[in-house]
Amino acid sequence: MIDTLDHSQLIKRLAPARYRRPGDRVFKTIIVALSSGIILLALAMAVVLWIEASPTFSKFGYLNFLTSSTWDPVAGIHGALPFIIGTLVTSFGALALAVLPALAVAIFTSEYAPRWLATVINYLVDLLAAIPSVVIGIWGIFNFAPFMRDAVYMPIYEWAYEHAQWMVPMLGNPSGYNIITATLILALMIVPYTVALSRDAIRLVPKEQREAAWALGSTRWEVMKLAVLPYARSGIIAGILLSLARALGETMAIAMLIGNSNRLPFTLFGPAATMPSLIINEFREAVEPLHYTSIIAVGFYLFLITIVINMIATLVQRKLAGQRKL
Amino acid sequence: MSTLEQVNTAESFRMETKDLSVCYNKSSFGVRDISMPVYNNQVTALIGPSGCGKTTYLRALNRMHDLSPETAVTGQALLDGEDIYAAKVDPVVVRRKIGMVFQKPTPFPTKSIYDNVAAGLALVGIRKKSILDEAVEKALQGAALWDEVKDRLKSPGGSLSGGQQQRLSIARALAIEPEVLLMDEPTSSLDPNSTIKIEELIKELKNKVSIVIVTHNMQQALRVSDYTGFFFVGSLIEFAKTDALFNKPSQDKTKEYLSGFFS
Amino acid sequence: MELSARYARDKVVQVFIVLLTLLVIVPLAIIIIYVVVNGIGSINGDFFTQELGSPSRAIQGKPTGLVHSIIGTIIIDLVALLMAVPFGLATGILMSEYPDHPMSGFARLMSKTLNGMPAVLMGLLAYALVVKNTGGFSALAGAVALAFVMIPIISATTESVLRITPWSLREVGLAIGLPRWRVTMSLVVPAAKNGIITGILIAFARAAGEAAPLMLTSFGNNFLTFDLMSPMDTLPQRLYSLAISPYKVWHGMGWAGAIILLLFVMITFFIGRLVVNRMERQATQIENIGKNQNSKEIGQ
Repeated sequence: MIDTLDHSQLIKRLAPARYRRPGDRVFKTIIVALSSGIILLALAMAVVLWIEASPTFSKFGYLNFLTSSTWDPVAGIHGALPFIIGTLVTSFGALALAVLPALAVAIFTSEYAPRWLATVINYLVDLLAAIPSVVIGIWGIFNFAPFMRDAVYMPIYEWAYEHAQWMVPMLGNPSGYNIITATLILALMIVPYTVALSRDAIRLVPKEQREAAWALGSTRWEVMKLAVLPYARSGIIAGILLSLARALGETMAIAMLIGNSNRLPFTLFGPAATMPSLIINEFREAVEPLHYTSIIAVGFYLFLITIVINMIATLVQRKLAGQRKL
Repeated sequence: MSTLEQVNTAESFRMETKDLSVCYNKSSFGVRDISMPVYNNQVTALIGPSGCGKTTYLRALNRMHDLSPETAVTGQALLDGEDIYAAKVDPVVVRRKIGMVFQKPTPFPTKSIYDNVAAGLALVGIRKKSILDEAVEKALQGAALWDEVKDRLKSPGGSLSGGQQQRLSIARALAIEPEVLLMDEPTSSLDPNSTIKIEELIKELKNKVSIVIVTHNMQQALRVSDYTGFFFVGSLIEFAKTDALFNKPSQDKTKEYLSGFFS
Repeated sequence: MELSARYARDKVVQVFIVLLTLLVIVPLAIIIIYVVVNGIGSINGDFFTQELGSPSRAIQGKPTGLVHSIIGTIIIDLVALLMAVPFGLATGILMSEYPDHPMSGFARLMSKTLNGMPAVLMGLLAYALVVKNTGGFSALAGAVALAFVMIPIISATTESVLRITPWSLREVGLAIGLPRWRVTMSLVVPAAKNGIITGILIAFARAAGEAAPLMLTSFGNNFLTFDLMSPMDTLPQRLYSLAISPYKVWHGMGWAGAIILLLFVMITFFIGRLVVNRMERQATQIENIGKNQNSKEIGQ
């Protein structure tokens, strides 16, 4: 991470705002014009999605659409709640599962592992981030889901059938494609992001902080606990929040492994859905205008949720970083 | 080769090194064959031009070089007669007895002043509030910081000024009651007022701990220390009582350095 | 607490950390092995020369392959890249070299926001802007969607790379009388050339693996086409359809396609990594030179 202050301050001292050479003015105009592209892109996302979705919002109202759980394209009734719940459960569940392993990898590679091993592990973890979601989905369909079904879901289901009948409705039909499978895969997919950001945060801890802890007579783990992790706290938390933002938007692997049911309640072993999985699943077949606008409306809410989480991440990071101004 | 003068056989050695050498990557020497005493309850200053090995030597005294795999230490360093580099000796234990204060003040920024000072005690599991309160106050008094912070012990360690932060670092080191305190240019990043405060502090502290201080400021060595060792290109050129070394240096190199020939 | 107890706790934590690390690495290895083993069996000459055709080809055992997906991927990804680079590059230059411009901070905020956006939303936007207005799914819409994905990545990496270039470069340029724009384009940008190209590669690799935006825009096509205004097949989107289809032959081709996609991403990723490592080493060297000039105490 580069300290932005020095660079910006230096540049500001460079040349006055008035550019006397015509070449400068032309260049600046081109740069500014092209840069407005990204601003327009962001604004377009918000505006266009909202406009396309407005028939749905007019029909159902913002709050009602958010909280209604009926999604019936045939009857023309749409509510986003099942998908919002699916998204939140998978994302937060994946986050909870991923945090400790990711932190462990970051700590292992920066403090414990010999240099060569750390390099190899870092490559592998970054590679994991690079594998396309659809490839992970394919592995999930042909390998992971059947494995989970045979090793976990079916045995539990059969046991419940024999000994605890009351549990069966909660379990649902164990096909292997459900919210648990999706959450586990999602956890694996977001680990690399948390690792990368935690690793950076740990690397930024100044040598003097560690040495001060060593000089007090600390053991290796105590140096981590006393000096390194508290100092790196803000970076680590930022990493966690940004991973959450990615989890929310993860589409392909989830769509391929979550079973795609539009009806609440989601059972433990039965099919479920998330906001992105809904979009992939139904968009191409949406013939009714209301169906189409409702899918876009779900996309709009996904957009809002992502923005909110990103804002929270930035605020938290700023607050925690300010706390350790030395 | 080093010159060691038995300046005062009546006073006891707290620490002593015998032919201590620090070697990097099996090739270059940081310091070579240093034999030097650290007198009990005295301040020993290490002076010399940049890169001459004084900090390298200092860091060997609490086994900080253990942390860098490319560095090898040979020779002996005796604390109260026992070699801290002996095979069965645990460096973690060594560092509790020989504390260190660094050039940059390094309070733990996310911890409060109280927790900073108590950090060393918390490590060994002392949790009882009454014990900690007493130890924290004692350490902060010893570092001449108590009056300034006693009303805000819970504010974060990073909220103090530079000089105060350095005194906080000293208090943190004192809290575990070490026998020797190593100081690596403790005032070089501070303003003159803080420097004066810390120099006075050092002169008081020597009654409780034996101090070894590295300084690139000759006047500071003159002001605070009882004994001085002059390092040059990795060797100990001369070691004597401070007055003697500064006023009647016996080695030519010492004379050159003191007269500002090189710095 | 006893020292031995503290050491014991140290050990326990270490074991825990190693186990958790394995928990992450092992599935990764499994995935790669699975894809390779299953995919190798399905790759043959037909794979690279035949189009998919209708399901009847698969059922009847007639030759079928994914050449149209591979070509479609190349076409759409390159068109997207051509569209994205000018915008991303310019934004990066704005954020780094003109931070005093009122739009600069805004651009950075937008760039950060978009970098965390799900790609599927980019697909929806491209659908609303292109597909709806041109009357149907098209390769162009797909390229636009992927360009939307690439632009924030390129602008972020360009900015960070430009910031690393030594400050003195700009001072020297101005001192010899170059106008500011020449300093930027003839000195600073070429100096950061490697990092910028890496950023573009990274953006390319990321976008190349995305299926969701393409499913909503270029839609897919069982046959080969070079018409930008018609639906076109791409590998990621095709892999999805193959995987959820009921035909075993298509499953096999899905694995084969997965290897190809994986190899492509891995190669791009490793090239990028090599360049980044070299740059980091150079940057540290430059930093160290500066540090050594400033500090008096060398090698203490």
